[in-house]
Amino acid sequence: MAEPRARRDLHPGAWWVWALGLAVAATRTYDVLLLGLVIGVASLVVLARRPVAPWAMSFRLYLGLGALVIVIRVLFGVVFGASSTGTVILDLPEVPLPSWADGVRVLGPITSDTLQRSFAAGLQLAALIICVGAANSLANPRRLLKSLPAALYEVGAAVVVAMTLFPQLAESVGRVRRARRLRGDASRNVRALRSIVIPVMEDALDRSMQLAASMDARGYGRKGAADPRTSRLTGALLVGGLLGVCVGAYATADLTAPRILAAPMLAAGFAVAGIGFWLSGRKVGQTRYRPDPWRGWEWFTALCGVAVAVTFFLDFALSPVTLTGLVVAALPALLTPEPTSPYAALRSAAATRTAAGMAA
Amino acid sequence: MITVDGVTMTYDGAARPVLRDVDLHVDEGELVVVTGPTGAGKSSLLGLLNGLVPHFTGGHLEGSVTVAGLRTEDHPPRELAATVGWVGQDPQAGFVTDTVEEELAYGMEQLGVDPQAMRRRVEETLDLLGIADLRARSLRSLSGGQQQRVAIGAVLTMHPPVLVLDEPTSALDPTSAEDVLATLARLVHDLGTTVVLAEHRLERVVPFADVLVHVGTDGSVTAGAPATLLATSPIAPPIVELGRLAGWEPLPLTVREARRASQTLRKELAGLPVPARPQPGRDGVLLSARGVEVRYGPLPAVRGVDIDLPAGTVTALMGRNGSGKSTLLWALQGSGPRHGGDVRVEGEDPARLSRTQARRRVGMVPQTASDLLYLESVAAECAAADAEADAAEGTCTALLTRLAGTVDPATNPRDLSEGQKLALVLAVQLTAAPRVMLLDEPTRGLDYTAKEALAEILRELAADGAAVLVATHDVEFVATVADRAAVMAQGEVITAGDVHEVLATSPAFAPQVTKVLGDPWLTVRDVRVALEERQ
Repeated sequence: MAEPRARRDLHPGAWWVWALGLAVAATRTYDVLLLGLVIGVASLVVLARRPVAPWAMSFRLYLGLGALVIVIRVLFGVVFGASSTGTVILDLPEVPLPSWADGVRVLGPITSDTLQRSFAAGLQLAALIICVGAANSLANPRRLLKSLPAALYEVGAAVVVAMTLFPQLAESVGRVRRARRLRGDASRNVRALRSIVIPVMEDALDRSMQLAASMDARGYGRKGAADPRTSRLTGALLVGGLLGVCVGAYATADLTAPRILAAPMLAAGFAVAGIGFWLSGRKVGQTRYRPDPWRGWEWFTALCGVAVAVTFFLDFALSPVTLTGLVVAALPALLTPEPTSPYAALRSAAATRTAAGMAA
Repeated sequence: MITVDGVTMTYDGAARPVLRDVDLHVDEGELVVVTGPTGAGKSSLLGLLNGLVPHFTGGHLEGSVTVAGLRTEDHPPRELAATVGWVGQDPQAGFVTDTVEEELAYGMEQLGVDPQAMRRRVEETLDLLGIADLRARSLRSLSGGQQQRVAIGAVLTMHPPVLVLDEPTSALDPTSAEDVLATLARLVHDLGTTVVLAEHRLERVVPFADVLVHVGTDGSVTAGAPATLLATSPIAPPIVELGRLAGWEPLPLTVREARRASQTLRKELAGLPVPARPQPGRDGVLLSARGVEVRYGPLPAVRGVDIDLPAGTVTALMGRNGSGKSTLLWALQGSGPRHGGDVRVEGEDPARLSRTQARRRVGMVPQTASDLLYLESVAAECAAADAEADAAEGTCTALLTRLAGTVDPATNPRDLSEGQKLALVLAVQLTAAPRVMLLDEPTRGLDYTAKEALAEILRELAADGAAVLVATHDVEFVATVADRAAVMAQGEVITAGDVHEVLATSPAFAPQVTKVLGDPWLTVRDVRVALEERQ
């Protein structure tokens, strides 16, 4: 076996590009087998490369959510979207509706086509959800926030603080509820609720004040003041750019809109917004501690994602082209470096212990 | 380094200033200990130094504060971040990120320190504080002492010439507290950092202090050399009280000095009997626990603990942070989880009784006592307590008056001092008339006077025939209040017995008087009584 490579967490952005590429591929096809393969590839990479962390354990939730979406979509298909073609599997009577509800069919014969089509549509949605879930399990959401453009630093800081406060809130609810038991109060009325909410809120307020004091004392918001002219300019650029992006996106989707409003507008919008970000980012006085590097493996992972999307644009049926795309998308599971593990040291220590124990 | 010039500070809506006519001068490289009764304005004085007071808290400031040539009036706290490192009372509440390394870097990120320099400073700070092995750990998983050191590290990375800490050791066990103080002493000696810290338990910090600052309840501030100031101060560590009693000159501040000064006193005391503590009739064991086991997931928190609480005694439960003291208390009360073993109170298992029934047998004051309070006034709180316990109207108020003197019934419980709040919660719990009382870390944040009052209350409870169990880190408090002591480590009781045996034989838990005078002597009062009886 080859020399074990150094473990390293890839840049969260790389995983997001990869996952979005896979998601784009999924939107291009209704082929059940291909969609199944997309989900398979996503799951394979997650299983192989997710780090040991609480947020990485959420992938199962996304799988469950995907299954639920399929079930709901098929039920909807059966109830509303009955088709007249295909073999009839179960001949349900159609619910007669008044004339104003013309065009809506409720129940009616269930055909194989209905089932197949709604299952495929559900599977596509599930695949999209699972791709996003894969990105969430592979990349630490906090680190993703840290990699935001400098202009969004304040937003990122606020989100990080909120993420820290939630578990604390849960903890103080638990503590206060336990303390309530000491007063022997077992009632479940409004007063009982109040006896929990008030101490918890006081605690939360207290903590927030302490956190704010601590952040203030450690220089938070120190060099935020840009001169008003520049901040007006960056504001205008950001808003204008985003408007451009919206118009462009709409025109791309609406085929009757003038073509000049589509791709060119989209590109111009992105460019203007990009300049705005860059300008405001330049004004930010903070620096980043150990920013995640973007190196070869990040390029590789991101390109794998782009590649699978491209192959699905070339072809959207089961073919050598799409299959190659999927194989490429699965490569990060085998080739990229393994994620760092907080327990690596512990595990190797335990391994030696077990070995010693077995020998003894 | 720090000049406070004619400062009078009044908070909005306050009738009188919290600090009055303060003049203070601190030189570079000094370690300053700020002391004074609870609620006297120690935190306000510390907040002045980095501008949190009044920029963050609001209020009216007269006079001026200058730190390293910067006037806090013109510089808000964030501008002073690189000059004054400020560590608040609860380190965990001040953490912004979630791992040790990121927390250390946070301040530098705000200052815009170059990434290369940041990396280097984080490594240096990890080594300086001896927390390099914790670098990737989640902040919430750290013990109290570790959290405190990370909080100190998080401001040290900004290389501030002044460090300000608000009660850095109040929540720590004796050993962790020593660690943190040793770290601070090292900063003063090796890096020439100027350190200002507030502290209740003087016995630990006084040996390190260059200047002692006393904040009075009226807002007046006096500063001076520790030995001079302590000679007349109403609050003093046991070693100083012993020195005063024996008339030692100069007043010793460390155990070493006191031991050298105490040779004659030791000879004098050699033949004298230690005054017996008032021993009320021990009419049997009120609470008896056998083989108590508590697990959190797969982790055992309490492992096979046997403990007996005899009537008429105060038992102290000691041990380092995280050794299972709180968990044991909760299990004994019956509200907390218990996975094995048996607890008997008057023949019944409190865990099997209803909550109301259980609290009539075993009362408990939890660590965050204010969790039990939720109404707007002391009177409402007392009335609710009477109703909950089916006690006669006025029972709780009568108890409160006995414990804390007269408290204005219209006061909001949140505005009470720490000592009064504790007394109120204790009164609420005693309304149900339990014969066994458990207290979890009641001395946290109490000054000497409040602690003495609490000791008095607990002794009285015991004299009435109750069994009291107090979990605490405060060795001196244990020496004054307890008859019996038990020490826990890793979820097991490792020693239990008479307080003399447990405290006097252990270097970690010995009170200062024992360290100076040797085995049987635990408190200054013992010595005083012995000397008086001889005459």
